[in-house]
Amino acid sequence: MNIEQTPSLKRTQLYHAHLKAGAKMVPFAGWEMPVSYPRGIISEVKSVRHAAGMFDVSHMGRLTVKGRNAAQFLGTVCSADVPGLAPGRSKYHVICNEQGGIIDDAVVYRLTEDECLLVVNAGNKEGVLGWTGRQARSMDAVEITDLSGDLAMIAVQGPQAVPTLDRISAGGASKIRPFRIGEVAIQGARMLAARTGYTGEDGFEIMPPSDRAGALWDLLLREGIEPSGLGARDVCRLEAGLMLHGVDMTVENNPIEAGLERFLYLDGSGYVAGQALKRIKSEGTRRIIAGFRTSGRAIPRHGQNVLKDGKPVGIVTSGTHSPTLDSDIGMGYVDRICAAPGTRLQIDVRGRLADAEVVPLPFYKSSRG
Amino acid sequence: MAENPSDRKYTKEHEWARVEGPNATVGITHFAQDSLGDIVYLNLPEVGSTVKQFAKMGEVESVKAVNDLYSPISGKVVDRNEEALSNPDIVNKEPFGKGWLIKVQLSNPSEVEKLMDAGAYGDMTASGH
Repeated sequence: MNIEQTPSLKRTQLYHAHLKAGAKMVPFAGWEMPVSYPRGIISEVKSVRHAAGMFDVSHMGRLTVKGRNAAQFLGTVCSADVPGLAPGRSKYHVICNEQGGIIDDAVVYRLTEDECLLVVNAGNKEGVLGWTGRQARSMDAVEITDLSGDLAMIAVQGPQAVPTLDRISAGGASKIRPFRIGEVAIQGARMLAARTGYTGEDGFEIMPPSDRAGALWDLLLREGIEPSGLGARDVCRLEAGLMLHGVDMTVENNPIEAGLERFLYLDGSGYVAGQALKRIKSEGTRRIIAGFRTSGRAIPRHGQNVLKDGKPVGIVTSGTHSPTLDSDIGMGYVDRICAAPGTRLQIDVRGRLADAEVVPLPFYKSSRG
Repeated sequence: MAENPSDRKYTKEHEWARVEGPNATVGITHFAQDSLGDIVYLNLPEVGSTVKQFAKMGEVESVKAVNDLYSPISGKVVDRNEEALSNPDIVNKEPFGKGWLIKVQLSNPSEVEKLMDAGAYGDMTASGH
């Protein structure tokens, strides 16, 4: 229970808004971020599931790739078919090294024919910049710019997110379909709005210019959107079966075992990880990510061993108490033979063996799909 | 921030003990519950078992993490808060009141001297630990 502040941590454009809202701030990936607000994680998760919550995600990296060859270049570093992505569309994918190790997972948005936006994890931004920068050297007419300081990013998520944003954008928000990106005008300023997120709910990730971030946050507060922190974000993403890089997967993992095969497009020209991933796919992996529910009031936690009939068969990467399902859930890598839904496993929860059952991912699916 | 009541003593691990005759009521502080966030499970020693001063006596698990509970005093557990076990959020709401954890029959009442008073505990948490 150490709440010491480390002065070298970076702060987002909304740092003072978090303090004003009474947030508990914690270090996360080099940033000082809100983990929860006074109403608490469970209340925040419920708002996201039943009304709407907002998360400051300005710590994430926002990179633009511009130039005649922008999409073609991103096709060589992203696992998505970026050249085949129409302007206004987005794609979740992984960025892998030549061996197929996952450097990061990211969302690529095609803004125009010759400009893409890449949103990457806060802790991996420098790594992605380094890797893409190296790859870009072999290609003409590609310019990578870090916009993370120029734009803030607020994720507004939940069934009330789109109606609320429509109210403040003169109906502009709902014109942007799920997984698309466009511009909305709010408080007289035009800003990028992507209908994507990390909670399993409908909603937007809005990218106001930095000097507009505080005013937008305050407006959303007045509209009744509940400020929600990293704690709630982690619960929501886990309920929705979404992976967290650095926790559920690292550069030591490949996307096949991480259960991300459906996000791989391996037929693109010049894709640096293409050969490795095709080989891994054909050979198969020993383990694969699986979701499980535990019983007996035992929350699985990162690093705990997964057993079958007393034999180690895997390791937990994430776990939490799900307020939405009122049960304890987790995910982790298990031997493929143990990964089928219905398989009964045990998890070593600090010396106590908790019964677990493999269930399909995601744990939770929004009725709005 | 709620005041730390002066009718009880505190540990540096954020538990409290309030002595009433031969027994002490034990709980966690407001600072502890606030740091933990929403508590979902408590694991408390059985009635009839013994606890030892500053030794692990159970666990408190929030959405975020699990933390060990340490007993502020030694003795035999004579009661435990079944309501807190089934509704741990009362520990968040009333850590110094209805959210108490166990009652202990003191085996060595002089141990209480080793605990902090409310002022010293308040100073410790104010300095960020």
